[in-house]
Amino acid sequence: MELQAVLMAAGGGSRMMDLTYNTPKPLLPVGNKPLIWYPLNLLERVGFEEVIVITTKEVQKMISTDPKVKLDVKMKLDLVCIQEDADMGTADALRHIQQKVKTDVLVVSCDLITDAALHEVVDLFRAHNATLSMLMSKAHEFTETVPGQKGKKKTGEQRDFVGVDDTGKRLLFMANEADLDEGVVIRKSIMRKHPRMHIKTGLVDAHLYCLKKSVVDFLADNKSISSIRGELVPYLVRKQFSKSTNSPKVIDETHQNLKKNDKIQISSRDEELLHLTQERSCWNDHRGDMSDAYHGGRLRCYVHIMDEGICYRVNTLAAYIEANRLAPKLFDEPAVHPSAVVSERCLIGADSIIGASCQISDKTSIKRSTIGVSTTVREKVKVTNSIIMHGVTIEEGCNIQGSVICSNAVIGRGADIKYCLVGSHSTAREHNSKIAPEKRLTECHRAEVNITYHYKSITYNNCHKVSK
Amino acid sequence: MKRESIVPAACAAVTYTVLCHPHHHTVFIVLTDGPGNKDDITRSKNEGKELSKEEKQRLRKQKKQQKKQKERKNEKSETEKEKTPVSLLPPPRPVATQKAPSALPAPASAPIPVPASAPFHSSPAPSPADKPAKSKAELKAERRARQETDRAAKQPGSSSSGIKTKVPLSELNPVVKRLPEHVQVDDPAVVKRLAKKLERQQIPLRSDYGYKVSLFSHLHQYSRKAPLTQQLSIPSTVIHPSIVRLGLQYSQGIVAGSNARSVALLHAFKQVIRDYTTPPNEELSRDLVNKLKPYISFLNQCRPLSASMGNAIKYIKKEISNIPSQCKEEEAKTKLLTCIDRYIEEKIVLAAKAISKYAIEKISDGDVILVYGCSSLVNNILCEAFEKSRKFRVIVVDSRPRLEGREALRRLVQRGISCTYVLISALSYILPEVSKVFLGAHALLANGYVMSRVGTSQIALVARTFNVPVLVCCETYKFCEKVQTDSFVSNELDDPDDLMVTRKGKTQLENWQDVSSLGLLNLVYDVTPPDFVDLVITDLGMIPCTSVPVVLRVKNLDQ
Repeated sequence: MELQAVLMAAGGGSRMMDLTYNTPKPLLPVGNKPLIWYPLNLLERVGFEEVIVITTKEVQKMISTDPKVKLDVKMKLDLVCIQEDADMGTADALRHIQQKVKTDVLVVSCDLITDAALHEVVDLFRAHNATLSMLMSKAHEFTETVPGQKGKKKTGEQRDFVGVDDTGKRLLFMANEADLDEGVVIRKSIMRKHPRMHIKTGLVDAHLYCLKKSVVDFLADNKSISSIRGELVPYLVRKQFSKSTNSPKVIDETHQNLKKNDKIQISSRDEELLHLTQERSCWNDHRGDMSDAYHGGRLRCYVHIMDEGICYRVNTLAAYIEANRLAPKLFDEPAVHPSAVVSERCLIGADSIIGASCQISDKTSIKRSTIGVSTTVREKVKVTNSIIMHGVTIEEGCNIQGSVICSNAVIGRGADIKYCLVGSHSTAREHNSKIAPEKRLTECHRAEVNITYHYKSITYNNCHKVSK
Repeated sequence: MKRESIVPAACAAVTYTVLCHPHHHTVFIVLTDGPGNKDDITRSKNEGKELSKEEKQRLRKQKKQQKKQKERKNEKSETEKEKTPVSLLPPPRPVATQKAPSALPAPASAPIPVPASAPFHSSPAPSPADKPAKSKAELKAERRARQETDRAAKQPGSSSSGIKTKVPLSELNPVVKRLPEHVQVDDPAVVKRLAKKLERQQIPLRSDYGYKVSLFSHLHQYSRKAPLTQQLSIPSTVIHPSIVRLGLQYSQGIVAGSNARSVALLHAFKQVIRDYTTPPNEELSRDLVNKLKPYISFLNQCRPLSASMGNAIKYIKKEISNIPSQCKEEEAKTKLLTCIDRYIEEKIVLAAKAISKYAIEKISDGDVILVYGCSSLVNNILCEAFEKSRKFRVIVVDSRPRLEGREALRRLVQRGISCTYVLISALSYILPEVSKVFLGAHALLANGYVMSRVGTSQIALVARTFNVPVLVCCETYKFCEKVQTDSFVSNELDDPDDLMVTRKGKTQLENWQDVSSLGLLNLVYDVTPPDFVDLVITDLGMIPCTSVPVVLRVKNLDQ
C-alpha cells in the first residue's frame, strides 16, 4: 500500500451556518449529490479502494439511514466518529486515527470539488521524496449574487502569501495576512538558499495534502498542533530551512534521546543507498551556489498550483452556489432523473438538474437551477438561478430567482422570491410571501431580504423579514 | 544504414540452465538472456524474417502442440508460459546455447552459413537438469566436439547462399535474438506486440511524441509531457511504490547517470524484496522473477534501461533463481538483500575506489585534465587525486541541453579544485593546454566502442588530433555484450522540447512543431571508436578497449 486516503468530514461549516443549521456540511446537496460525494468520487476515480472518513455521529447516522444521502461509491468507507463538541481540529483528527495510519497519507477535506489531476500532487510527493505536497488553485471570482448578502462580497478573507521557487513547485514560504504585523518577513536562511522566490497571492488552498507517515507520528507526539492548515503546514514549510532538521546529527540525537520528540524524523531505511544515489546522480534542484541538491535538506514541501480546471472549496454560501452551478459539468448523468415526473408542457433548461421522484407540473420554467429529490413544483412556477433542496413544495405561480430554498420548505402560492435564502422546514405562505416586491428592481437592495427559519414547524405563517 | 546489431560469439554457456523452467527453458533463455548466459547470441532481424514459410508453420505447430501438452500437465506452467513472449524458436532445443567458442569474438564471423543437413541434432544436447552438474572437463570435451561438427559443417556451407543458407543458420544458432523492441519502433507489428505485452503486465505504454526525425524513426521519441503515472491508479497496486517513485525519478532526470541509476534500481529492488511474500503454491525463485518483470518493463517505459542496469537486473535474476526451492522465505530474502548490498559494494563502490587508485597513478603534478559532462566516476577520481595532493587543473567541457557539466563544476570547485568551464564549441581552442582527457562511460561495448553521453566521441576525436591521451574510466559492470559501430542503430531520444531555451522570458523555437521542415533531435548517447581511446581504466586494471570481450569472458567463467 502506497497511500492511505483520509477524508475530513467533521467540519461544521461555520462560514455558512444558514445552510448547515439543519443539514451537516458533508451532506449538503450539491447538484443533488451530497457534498462528501465529490471528494469520495475524486479518490475513487484515481484508484483508491479504501478511505478513512473522519466524521461526526450525526453524519454517520444519516449516511446509514437517510435514503436521500446515497453516497454511491464502491470504495470501502471506514467511518471514524469524533465528538462534535470536543472542538477537534484537523490535526487532532489525524492524531486520533494514528493507529490506523500504516503508510503515507493523502488528506482531503470533504468540501473540495475539483477536477484536478491528483497524480500531479502525488508525483511531486513521490519523485522528490517530499514530506508534504499539497494542491493549490487560483482563486475564483464568484460571479453569482449571493442571497442574504448586501452588496458585493465582502473581502473578509485573509490573504495567504505563498512563496515558491523558480520551478513553481517547491513550497518555500507561507504566511497568512492575519499573522503578519507589519509586512511580510522572510528569513535570511530562506533567501540564502533560494535567492529567487515568487510570492503569490490569490491562491486557494484546496486542503489536499500528501503527508509522510513520519508527520502523523510527529503529530502524535506533539499535542499542541491542532490544525493541519493553520499550524502543521506552516510549521513544516518553516522547518525546511531550520538547521536542526537538516543536520544528520540531530537525527541520531533523536534516536538516542527519545524524550525529545519535537523533531520530525525523516530518516528512512537504506538512507545510505539513497545518499549514494544522490551523490552519483548528476542532478541538482538549483543553481548558483555550492550546495548539494535540495541544499542537503531532508524535509521538503511541494505544491502543485492548478492553472486551469475546477477547484472549489465549498465553505461559504457563495462557493456553494457556484459549485451548484458547475456541478452538472463534473459528472455524466442525465439532468432529469428517470424517476422524476416532469410534465411535457414545461420548460427545463439544459443546465438544470432535476432530482429523483420530483413532480414538475405544467407551464413551469426551470433555468440554471437544481431541483432536489422529492420536490414538488406546481403549475406556472418560474425558477431561475436557484437551488431547491430536497422535499420542497412550491405552489402555483411562484417566481423564484437567485435563491436557495433549503430542505422541506413550503413556498406558498404566488410567492415572489428573489435572492433569498429560505431555511429548511420554513413556510412562506401566500398572503405574505411577496417578499419585498417593491425592492425587486433596485439592484443594490436585491439581497436585502433574508428569510431564515430554522424551526421544524410549519405553524409559523409569517415570514420573518430582515430588511434594511 | 546498418541496422543489425550483432552480438559476437563469446563463449559457451555454463550456467544458463539455472534460469530455465523445465518445460520451456529455451524460450526463457532467448528472451531473458539470463545472468551468466553470455553465450553466442546472434541476433539479426533479417534472419528471423527469412525463415521460410514452411519452417515457420512447422514451428508454430510445434509450439501449439507443446502448449497443449503443458495445459494438460499443469495449469501453473501454463500461466507462466503466457508471460513469456513469443519467440520464433521451437522450445525443445537446448542445443541452441551450445556453441563453439571462438577464441576472440569477431562480430563478422557470427552468422555462419551452414547447410540444412548440418548434423546439429546429433551433437550432444544435455538436458537442462543435469547441466550445472557437469564438470569443466566435461564441458570442454563437449565444446571440442561441437567445434569439430561446426567446422565440418562450415566447409560445404560456405559455397551455398541465399535462403538455403539462412534457414539452417537459424537452426545452428537458434538463439536468434530478436532485435530489441526499442530499436524498431517504426515497425507497427513490434509496437503492437510490445503494447500487448505491457497490457498483459498492466503497465502503461509510454506515449509517443508524435514526431520523428527521419533517420531515427526506429527509436522511441520520448516525451515528458504525459507522465506514465497519469495512467496508473494512485495508490499504485500493480507496481510497487518504490518502483513508481524510481520510474518518476528516471523520467524527470532526478536520478541520472549510469551509476546513480543502478544504485537506485538496486535500492528499489531491495524494497520490493522486503515487501514480497510468496503466494501459496508458488516458488520464490520463480515467482519473484516473474514479479520483477512488469516492474522492469515499467522502468523501461519511463526511460530505456542503461547497460549497467541491464547487468544489475541480470545479476539479481540469477541470484533469485539460484535460490533453492527448499529455502525458507525469510532466509531467501535476507540472502537476496545481502547479495544486492554486496553487488553495490563490490561493483560500484569498491570498483570506483579501485579505479581511482589506478587513475591517480596517471595524474601527475601540473596536469591539465579535461573532463566532459558529469561522470560520477571521473568526479570521484579527481576529488581523490586532489585529496592525495596532486597538483592539477581541470577543464570542464559542457554541452547543451542538459548542461550537466555545471554540476561537475560545482562538485569539483566545492572541493577546492581549480577549474575552467567551457562549452564544447570551444574545445579545439582549449585543447592545446590539456595534457589528459578523462572520460566517463555509459557502457563499454564488446567491440571496444565506448558508449557515452553525446559529444564524447567528438572530444576523443579532437583530443586525438591534438595528440592528447584519452583515458576512459569505466567499471566492469558496465561492460556490455552489445556491438555497435554507430550511434544510429540503438540510442535514446530525449524530449526535443528540452532543446528550447527561454531567455528573458522569450522562448525561441516555441512553436517548432508548426514548421514542417524543422526537426529537433535530442540524442542522448554516442559511441566512440576504440581508435580514439588510449586506455580504459577499470576495476581490473588498465586495459585497452579491445580487451572488453576478454573481460566479459573472464567474468562469465567466474560466475
